[in-house]
Amino acid sequence: MTETTRLLKNLGARLSSSARGAVARKQMPIVPPDNVAGRAMVLVIAIMTFLSCLTLGAVTLVRDTAATWQTQIAREATIQIKPEEGLDMAAALTRARDIAAGYSGVIDASVVDAQATARLLEPWLGTGLDIESLPVPRLVIVTIDPMSRPDFAAMRAELEETVANATLDDHRTWVDRLVAMARTTVTIGMSALALMLSATALTVIFATRGAMAGNGHIIEVLHFVGAEAPFIASQFRRHFLLAGMKGAAAGGIGAILVFIGFYWWSSRNMATPEADQATALFGNFAIGPSGYIGVGAIVIVIAVLTAATTHVTVLSYLKNVDSTHPDSM
Amino acid sequence: MVWQNASRQRPPLTERRFLVIRFENVGHRYGMGPEILRDVSFHLPERSFQFLSGPSGAGKTTLLRLLFMSLKPTRGLITIFGKDRSKITRTELPLLRRNIGVVFQDFRLLDHLTTYENVALPLRVRGREESTYRGDVIELLKWVGLGERMHVLPPILSGGEKQRAAIARALIEQPRILLADEPTGNVDPQLARRLLRLLLELNRLGTAVVIATHDLGLMDQVDARRMVLSGGRLEIYD
Repeated sequence: MTETTRLLKNLGARLSSSARGAVARKQMPIVPPDNVAGRAMVLVIAIMTFLSCLTLGAVTLVRDTAATWQTQIAREATIQIKPEEGLDMAAALTRARDIAAGYSGVIDASVVDAQATARLLEPWLGTGLDIESLPVPRLVIVTIDPMSRPDFAAMRAELEETVANATLDDHRTWVDRLVAMARTTVTIGMSALALMLSATALTVIFATRGAMAGNGHIIEVLHFVGAEAPFIASQFRRHFLLAGMKGAAAGGIGAILVFIGFYWWSSRNMATPEADQATALFGNFAIGPSGYIGVGAIVIVIAVLTAATTHVTVLSYLKNVDSTHPDSM
Repeated sequence: MVWQNASRQRPPLTERRFLVIRFENVGHRYGMGPEILRDVSFHLPERSFQFLSGPSGAGKTTLLRLLFMSLKPTRGLITIFGKDRSKITRTELPLLRRNIGVVFQDFRLLDHLTTYENVALPLRVRGREESTYRGDVIELLKWVGLGERMHVLPPILSGGEKQRAAIARALIEQPRILLADEPTGNVDPQLARRLLRLLLELNRLGTAVVIATHDLGLMDQVDARRMVLSGGRLEIYD
């Protein structure tokens, strides 16, 4: 009887419960924990997600701000009455206001009084101005219901007929230009976002493939010990989905923190000239629920993209392992 | 116990032996290169033991890859477990491979898994619960003399220990055939003899064994069939 046979026959008896218990511990995952390539992939995903989310946030901000400008300007119209020898300006203003207020779709019509007009001109003409002694046009502000706009053509005709030197400016030119500008800005932003997302997708794909390249020997061993392709793919997919989620979440959270930081800064510096300028351009820097939902969607898309790339890479590796590796045994 | 049951379940040696693998006029070339194997014909019966030898570059590894279904022949017919190789689909391959144990020349152990986990890998990838195979793996590790090294990572193991771990991994599913590529190439003569005894014992329990080797000394220790590759052609000495 050989030594190995004796060993074989005595094995059962020699197996102590302690020996069995000794290995009853959590097994290492088949795909090893992160290595340098894996960490680099997580970092690349985090950075690209951060940049994509910033781009998305910026586009959301510009779109919302442009919409706000457009709405604010579209909510008002102005009646201007130029001074003239013998014109009773006060009566003309009151008449113009009454005509405007009579139209349906007009919420309010108010005369900009002499003090308010003087304040408007203060930056150019200085303080202590006697507005009555100067040939300054006077204004009536007409507030409009944007949902049901008045008949501006009829209002303009009536004003010109009834009130001397009165002109109605419904801001149509400005609104049209702003709409065009806002659309262009949003289109440019969306194009930049599309490019950014494409770059992110490609970077994620290359980073994932790079990280996977170091695991080729594991795929081969699993393949040669009889693991089926779906099993091997699922092991790697799960691992890289988690890694991708980790990186994407870090990037997304970083971007959200940046927006919260800007919002906090603009709130703290309200009423300063710099903040007024920034607020005039970008509102209050809040990206709103749609922005946060977009950031969440980008994080999920990038994590799924990482997992999908892993899946495809594993299957493609397995497809080639049996034919293109002359030294694979 | 798995290993004792395995020997009982298989028919005695005196019974008719079935063919496990058959090659008929098989040739293989890589791409547009020269033919590595030419008109190779042989059969491997169940429970047989043979050496595959020949000079470097003679095509031993290519032949082993064909046996392992890691390559398709460019011509000829290969029948594996009664199935025509050319008709085996990609999804059938893993299931058929479970009947073939392979010991790679470079071991192919996963460095982040312990010896125990490496040996248990073929069972783990089939989705089996660890509790169902733990005892068998420990038993096999003890059988190959690695009972005390089961929690050690491969980089800590010696060449001989790695070799035995690789053999144990190939055996854990009781394959019908074991292919070993230079299994004694990295060990001293004493350990080489010990590994050979292990393979002979395995063969005695019913597994067909093919050992690819250059080692004439190793072949001289056993009176077994020799398959010698030279210039792409195969000579068989029974």
